[in-house]
Amino acid sequence: MADTHVATSEHPPELRHHFDDMYQQFDSATLGMWVFLLTEIMFFGGMFGAYTVYRSMYPDAFASTSLHMNPAFGAANTAVLIVSSLTMALAVRSARIGSQKALQMFLVLTMIFGIAFLVIKGFEYHEHWVDNKVPLFSQHWDYSNDAEHPHQAQYARQAQILFCFYFFMTGFHAVHMLVGVGIMTTILLMARKGKFSAQYFTPVEISGLYWHFVDIVWIFLFPLLYLIGNARKLI
Amino acid sequence: MHSQPSVKAYVAVWAILTFMTFATYYIAQIDLGQWNIVIALLIAFFKMSLVVLIFMNVKADSPLTKLFVGAGFFWMAILLALTLGDYFSRGWMPGGKFW
Repeated sequence: MADTHVATSEHPPELRHHFDDMYQQFDSATLGMWVFLLTEIMFFGGMFGAYTVYRSMYPDAFASTSLHMNPAFGAANTAVLIVSSLTMALAVRSARIGSQKALQMFLVLTMIFGIAFLVIKGFEYHEHWVDNKVPLFSQHWDYSNDAEHPHQAQYARQAQILFCFYFFMTGFHAVHMLVGVGIMTTILLMARKGKFSAQYFTPVEISGLYWHFVDIVWIFLFPLLYLIGNARKLI
Repeated sequence: MHSQPSVKAYVAVWAILTFMTFATYYIAQIDLGQWNIVIALLIAFFKMSLVVLIFMNVKADSPLTKLFVGAGFFWMAILLALTLGDYFSRGWMPGGKFW
């Protein structure tokens, strides 16, 4: 390849002409990806802010409603997502040291864990659907007192607010997971075509940044949605 | 390009993150009043820092990238602080109500 590629100066084929060298190109891509991630922080930040305002207005209602969420699903999904972040980090490491086989293996593992997360989430949404806990879409908003939740009838209206936050926040997070699996598919195809080497792995690196960001969002969603009611002595 | 963490470091971070998830879960079962949310958020911030610094390798990024990352979280802090400052201080007006 090098003999047919007679350029004015020697440089790697992946180096774009407007960059001085591979380091500068890599740093620019990383910075650009972080700028995108900052807009994502603002996007989710708005929802976290609104959640905080409403929770401070209806602390007891939110705590009581949180008991309708299943922390086992949430904890399992946290564990799955953290493992997927580990395999993603190892995929990036493999790309950096130029180990193509390991890169492909870790990408596949990351996708498997990502899909596992979505499947668990699907079961969880189904449970809420059967339980009639989907605002606007449930057959009837069943919120009368029962043995397990003896004080919930008084919170029927506020409970819908928390469930709206729940579906919007976890829903947007799940959409980001879907996009992430799509990105990983693309990166895997690129890796199989032999596009990456120890000199050039920028797409792997910045896709990893995206994947880890989605993990961070979940790190905050888990305690804020699933675990706020367990310890409170509810009136 | 940059220095990068070892496999050992990645696995150690994963172990700490998993341990912290269990810690979050079990601490949430104990009634600590207002401290429940404080501890839950402290753990979440600690986990986030580990992911950002080690998994996302911001530790080894250029100073400019570090500045952008810091500015992003600082901006987020402004958003939350000013919004909450408004809502929490509404009752402070003499004779004022929450709305």
